[in-house]
Amino acid sequence: MKPVLKLENISSFIGPFHILQGVSLEVRPGEAVVVLGRNGAGKTTTLRSIMGLVKPAAGVLELEDQSLFGLPSHKIARLGLGYVPEDYGIFNLLSVEENLRLAAWRQDNATKERQEYILQLFPDLKAAYRRLASTLSGGQRQMLSIGRALLNENKVILIDEPSKGLAPIVVEKVCKALLEVKKNTNIILVEQNFNLACAVGDRFYILNDGRTVLDGGIASLAKDRELQKRYLGVVA
Amino acid sequence: MDVFVMLLVNGLAEGALIFLMAAGLSVILGLMGIVNFSHGTMFLWGGYVSVWMYTKTGSFSLSLLLAMVVGFLMGLIFERFFIRPVYGKVTAQILITLGLMIVFTELVRVLWGPTPLAAVRPPHLAGTWVMGSIIISKYRVFLIVIGIVVALGIHALITRTRIGMIIRAGVQSPEMVQALGIDIRRYFSLVFAGGAALAAVGGALYVPLVGSVWSGMGISNQVLAFIVVVIGGMGSFIGSAVGSIFLGLTGALVAWYFPPAAGVVSVLLMALVLAFRPTGLFGLAVKS
Repeated sequence: MKPVLKLENISSFIGPFHILQGVSLEVRPGEAVVVLGRNGAGKTTTLRSIMGLVKPAAGVLELEDQSLFGLPSHKIARLGLGYVPEDYGIFNLLSVEENLRLAAWRQDNATKERQEYILQLFPDLKAAYRRLASTLSGGQRQMLSIGRALLNENKVILIDEPSKGLAPIVVEKVCKALLEVKKNTNIILVEQNFNLACAVGDRFYILNDGRTVLDGGIASLAKDRELQKRYLGVVA
Repeated sequence: MDVFVMLLVNGLAEGALIFLMAAGLSVILGLMGIVNFSHGTMFLWGGYVSVWMYTKTGSFSLSLLLAMVVGFLMGLIFERFFIRPVYGKVTAQILITLGLMIVFTELVRVLWGPTPLAAVRPPHLAGTWVMGSIIISKYRVFLIVIGIVVALGIHALITRTRIGMIIRAGVQSPEMVQALGIDIRRYFSLVFAGGAALAAVGGALYVPLVGSVWSGMGISNQVLAFIVVVIGGMGSFIGSAVGSIFLGLTGALVAWYFPPAAGVVSVLLMALVLAFRPTGLFGLAVKS
């Protein structure tokens, strides 16, 4: 099956540091791909490289056969990539409504319908619709960030550690939302929470020292304790 | 009491002028991260071209319009050819914008000569209103009205339009705005040019108040604008407005009641704010 998004031997620098030294992965239609690895493995930089926020130095980066290499990030986003960063990327000086409105590329009926869907998916946002985003809790910010990425017809949504810093009960809510999101959109999920990764993901990629070292079905990883321990530091 | 009312009007008028310069400077610094030492150039050129136009045509409105257009165009050119190559490089920004300030100040001397030129108030704004022992300059009231109109206009632009929404978001995180599919560079140019136009109009309004235009007025007023940005908080429009009024009023009151401190009061205020609230009165605590 032809991949929607393809990375081949991506190499990226941050300043003088060679962070990604050969990351390869692909997202096939209807798939949620989980990117795993220890701290500093290059997971966040991989997402930022896809979005053009870090400019890749070498490799192949394609969205449905269209090369993203060297494109500015606003053009990459418009080609159909939604981004949910680790720090949520919510604008504190804007209300919830404005955060959503800012992200919308069009003000047509389809966008309005998607906004309705987002507010149904995250009722907390509906309740806080007119409030400044600075007043939201961590979980609500995460919901707003994910909701914002759903507002446009994105082909793939890149989500960076959605469970980070959230209470277990909120993580559960986020997990349910991601399962719902997965029905309509492809996802790349960077996640340290192994249970959440297993619940949402179909396939996995493991990064180590900026390289893709392993990939496969998430079910096989869930069973392989040795692998989890070696690359992810998961202790049984 | 009479003196206090007159000082209040004088202070508010000064505040309105400082605001015209500081508002643009603050947003340029907050949104684009540009330390712009060439902002006073627009103020200077606004003053000169308005005096030139007023001498040629006798129309005050045309002189303000010309100042605004010249400021806007200079802003566009500065941003495109000098600022854009040095985004994110603070030292280079300081050197380039200081260089622009020096070159364009010298250019003023070449075009209009080294001696100050007289600037007159238009007849309908000259003179005073006398109410008992209170004497109020019509021109100062006009400046206050202009300041309020411009502040309300900018406030409406920032709070009610998509451009304003992008500016507010961009002040916090230009990168995230880009990641949402918005080309923030286009808005950078617009904000830079808009800020420059405001400063130029400020210069055009300033010269009839003081009665002359001279080549050193850009840099001296720019220092005040920077102090306002520090006091109000970078990127905050409300901070610029409050900081400008605060500085204008304090300057007028201190100059009257305690003249020896008139020259240092603005710097003292800035030091106080920096000591107790380093991000300014309305600045963001963290720029993500």
